[in-house]
Amino acid sequence: MDRNRLHNQVASMRRSLFDQLEELQDDTNPNFVQEVVTLFYNDSTRLIQNIEQALNSRPIDFCKLDDYMHQFKGSSSSIGAKKVTNECTAFREYCNAENAEGCIRSFQQVKQEHAILKRKLEVYLQTVRQASQTA
Amino acid sequence: MNVSSVKGSMSISSSTSTWKAGDTISDQFPAGLRVLVVDDDPTCLMILEKMLTACLYKVTKCNRAETALSKLRENKNGYDIVLSDVHMPDMDGFKLLEHIGLEMDLPVIMMSADDGKQVVMKGVTHGACDYLIKPVRIEALKNIWQHVVRKRKNEWKEFEQSGSVEEGDRQPKQSDDADYSSSANEGNWKGSKRRKDEEEETDERDDTSTLKKPRVVWSVELHQQFVAAVNQLGIDTVPKKILELMNVPGLTRENVASHLQKYRLYLRRLSGVSQHQSNLSTIISAQDPTFGSLSSLSGLDLQTLAATGQLPAQSLARLQAAGLGRATAKSGIPITLVDQRNIFSFENPKLRFGEGQQQHMTNKQQVNLLHGIPTTMEAKQLVSLRHAAQSVGNMNMQVPPPGPQSSQNNPLLMQMGQQQQQQQSRGQILVDSTINHAPRLSSMGQPILSNGMATNVSSRNGIPENIRAPGYSQTPSMLNFPMNHASELPGNCFPLGSTPGVSNLTSKGAFQEDVNSEIKGSGGFMPSYDVFNDLNQHKPQSWELQNVGIAFDSSQHSNSLQGNLDLTQSALGQQGFSSGQMNGHNRSAAVASKAVFSTGDVKELRSAQNVNQHLNNLLVDNTIRVKSERVCDTSPANIFPDHFGQDDLMSALLKQQESVASSENEFDFDGYSMNNIPV
Repeated sequence: MDRNRLHNQVASMRRSLFDQLEELQDDTNPNFVQEVVTLFYNDSTRLIQNIEQALNSRPIDFCKLDDYMHQFKGSSSSIGAKKVTNECTAFREYCNAENAEGCIRSFQQVKQEHAILKRKLEVYLQTVRQASQTA
Repeated sequence: MNVSSVKGSMSISSSTSTWKAGDTISDQFPAGLRVLVVDDDPTCLMILEKMLTACLYKVTKCNRAETALSKLRENKNGYDIVLSDVHMPDMDGFKLLEHIGLEMDLPVIMMSADDGKQVVMKGVTHGACDYLIKPVRIEALKNIWQHVVRKRKNEWKEFEQSGSVEEGDRQPKQSDDADYSSSANEGNWKGSKRRKDEEEETDERDDTSTLKKPRVVWSVELHQQFVAAVNQLGIDTVPKKILELMNVPGLTRENVASHLQKYRLYLRRLSGVSQHQSNLSTIISAQDPTFGSLSSLSGLDLQTLAATGQLPAQSLARLQAAGLGRATAKSGIPITLVDQRNIFSFENPKLRFGEGQQQHMTNKQQVNLLHGIPTTMEAKQLVSLRHAAQSVGNMNMQVPPPGPQSSQNNPLLMQMGQQQQQQQSRGQILVDSTINHAPRLSSMGQPILSNGMATNVSSRNGIPENIRAPGYSQTPSMLNFPMNHASELPGNCFPLGSTPGVSNLTSKGAFQEDVNSEIKGSGGFMPSYDVFNDLNQHKPQSWELQNVGIAFDSSQHSNSLQGNLDLTQSALGQQGFSSGQMNGHNRSAAVASKAVFSTGDVKELRSAQNVNQHLNNLLVDNTIRVKSERVCDTSPANIFPDHFGQDDLMSALLKQQESVASSENEFDFDGYSMNNIPV
């Protein structure tokens, strides 16, 4: 059945994407993962924009950059986005060294990984919505 | 004593109050643990909240540090533990940590995606209980309750130690605590002490002056003003000057004093725990100058004691009535103690003046101080307390009568308070004498103190406080504080700031601070009572401990802990004070000063079976040989002020609180065997 299929899809996506978050979701809050994902999605987009802005400004404020990236790293790691988190770590290293070039390059990586993650999240959210609609 | 059983039941009841799930484990704790989580990242915040809820905790979340602080301030007893992110836009996580430590003394766990060694070290030095690296896993959160228990345990233990002469079984506990607190938890203890002091301070303030003084909340702005003033005047300044400089209407010197104490402790902690020891020694030496501040504190202490002194008075009265006996009337005793203390406190906060004077003052005064605390100090104890407790008494007073704090703990606190007061008075005396060394003692000469103490003791009311220690006699001389002020706890009382009100002490010397902090931290009474216990010659001060324990337990789960803490704090404060000075003479000091004794005095205190001794030691370089008045092994109330001063009082108070009934008898401190001052 379509609904079941969708549900299964959602479940499997969720499992693959967020193993820990999955555990947190339970009957009392069935939309937990969805909420968290949405939150992260919005929040991270905002952060990426801030970082981009900071990188483009001259002179580059490494402190602020580090702050942003720290926050980004925190939330992406909390949600379980490993690749994004790794890129963030690399970025912060460049940041600490105040290596503008390195930062920019690293940031590209971060953005790339984040874009991939976003796509996956979008699909996930879409599936969830579909599942709830058909339910 | 069935402290443990009581504790168990209490803890169970309190802990299960929120969570009725069928946790078959007898103690449902940690379910229902009240956690406050602060993180500016909404994603993390949400995830954390969910995880904590899954752990069966009661979660409150904030995304701003300011919000968190205000939540904590409006409901001081409303939270058990705080989880905070390090990087936050409005306030640095460490700053928040400091504030919490200064104001509420709750365990704080830091979190961050940053796992650099420096950052983690910063967390440690700022007093964080733990540091979690993001992403935080739920497994890590499942165990955070251990920090709450540990902190409370330390405080309680400290309290017990000081005042737990009553029960033999307590003693082992005490010794454990002593070790533990002195070594391991200095930071925590201090923190907790500090908090306790803070709590007690405010409580006492409430009680002392007008019996309901508005509690002073150290807001960020106020604290900043305070810090600015301190920076301007120098850390070794006196509360009075700070107060003048701050020029805040409604703020009293006592408030500033206790806060200063905490602040000094806090600074000490920042500069490195390792230095603590050295600091302590330096502080001790530097006590003299600091004494000044202490004295002011003591006055305050007395006042607070007086305010709270209902207990002491009552206890005193009871003690007296009961003869050597038992401070059954917990409430009575404290009052008396207070009276005594008041007498002492005025003059020389530092000097054990309290002691000598106390005797004269008669327990009544002391009682006043302890009003809240049903110090079932027996007459003997009271007497001894007076001697020693001058300072201790102040401390006891400090231990804000449970009343303000938490109704729950009140009974317990009361008890403890009384005890504490007794102890405190004792401790204070001791402490005072030691602390006020500079002004008073120095002049008097330590030997005097001891002599004075001894004589005082005897001459005092003839109370069977067998204050044998020569130290006692000293006290009188030393303590010639104008004990008239009940409120002014002899500055000696706890310059260490162990007394809640005696925050000034903290600055005094590392030691003092430690003492204070310790005292405060320890849950208050424990220390004081320990002193008493010692006095009673190893009479298991279980009474005190029990009280403490009980109080502790209940408080654990409920906000009552606050009360206990307050008591402890005050008790600690006092004890710490005396102990610090007494070098372990004061058992009470030991209790409170678990941290304080870092200088080694603490150690002595720990062993404060002979609290008296400790107290004495502290005071006068052992000059005060307050023989632990063996008031009578029977009644815990025999808290000889000399020795117990602080510790006993604290512990006594705690005990009282916890087991009103039990404490009475346990309080037999005969202990003041000053002779055994473990120098």
